[in-house]
Amino acid sequence: MSTSLAAEIPWPPSVEDFYLPPIVDGTNPWFTKVTLLVWVAVAALIIFFLVTYRDPKLVPTKRQWIAESIYGFVRNNVARDLIGHDGVRFAPYLTTLFCFVLLTNLFGIIPGIQMSPNSHIAFPAILAVISWVLFNAVGIRQHGFAKYMKNSLIPPAPWFILPLLVPIEFISTFVFRPFTLAVRLFANMFAGHMILLVFTLGGFVMLNSNAWLAPVSLVSWLMAVALTFLEALVIVLQAYVFTVLTASYVQGALAEEH
Amino acid sequence: MPLLAEVTGSTAAIGYGLAAIGPGIGVGLIFASYVQATARQPESSRLTQPFVWIGFAVVEALALLGVAFGFIWAG
Repeated sequence: MSTSLAAEIPWPPSVEDFYLPPIVDGTNPWFTKVTLLVWVAVAALIIFFLVTYRDPKLVPTKRQWIAESIYGFVRNNVARDLIGHDGVRFAPYLTTLFCFVLLTNLFGIIPGIQMSPNSHIAFPAILAVISWVLFNAVGIRQHGFAKYMKNSLIPPAPWFILPLLVPIEFISTFVFRPFTLAVRLFANMFAGHMILLVFTLGGFVMLNSNAWLAPVSLVSWLMAVALTFLEALVIVLQAYVFTVLTASYVQGALAEEH
Repeated sequence: MPLLAEVTGSTAAIGYGLAAIGPGIGVGLIFASYVQATARQPESSRLTQPFVWIGFAVVEALALLGVAFGFIWAG
């Protein structure tokens, strides 16, 4: 068994491990586990919130309490704290964003699934583009195009330093914001999956290598379990950070002064 | 000149190790400041918390860019 297994283990883990084969062989190369998981996440969230809020009670049931806690958390601790009273109207989008990122991230550590769609840059990129369009649209609607550009590009500084500051502000606001939003989420999920691969596959590699290293593979697998819990922390944190940053960009676009 | 020692493997790993120093110090400073601020003024902990996460996320982005670019430029 050991030799056949050793031949099958792709070691070291590489970017290739993220390109999964299609679910149905031969047809639809785009229909992979990742695509399926995104649809599952969308369906699960829609069904969960429809079911929990179909018949709201004054004394909430357990499921209604969970849904209300999530919404209440995002509305009070993110939307209202960061954007202000005006922020409540962004709470539905922020909650949807938070739940979607959280659930798709969680797929990365649920045993048997262990593949997060967010470890492919395409999905974080689209979420970042939505946030980018959102904060720009909000700013332009609030101030008008010219004043919004003036607010976001021209900081209160002496005139002679402006030729330096305006390009920096432009790049940091309109290029780096969506770019870092996407890359932050993607790289976290990518690195997380990679770390789990290193310790899980590394265990098998050591088990197959020789009699002295074989017992150490247990340590490797224990590390994989421990790192899964660390990954759980990172997952919740990244969902929160994505939501908080989107909210803070919206707040920056709404603000009167620079 | 005789070859005395040779390093094989990916230099991307060394590069990422160097790249992680800055964000490591930065993230440490952010949480150190938060702990200190909260110790001095416990009531302010809720007020400063969102900014801790924003600052943390911005600094951490550098380390994560290192992860991504390490793979992009690995070849």
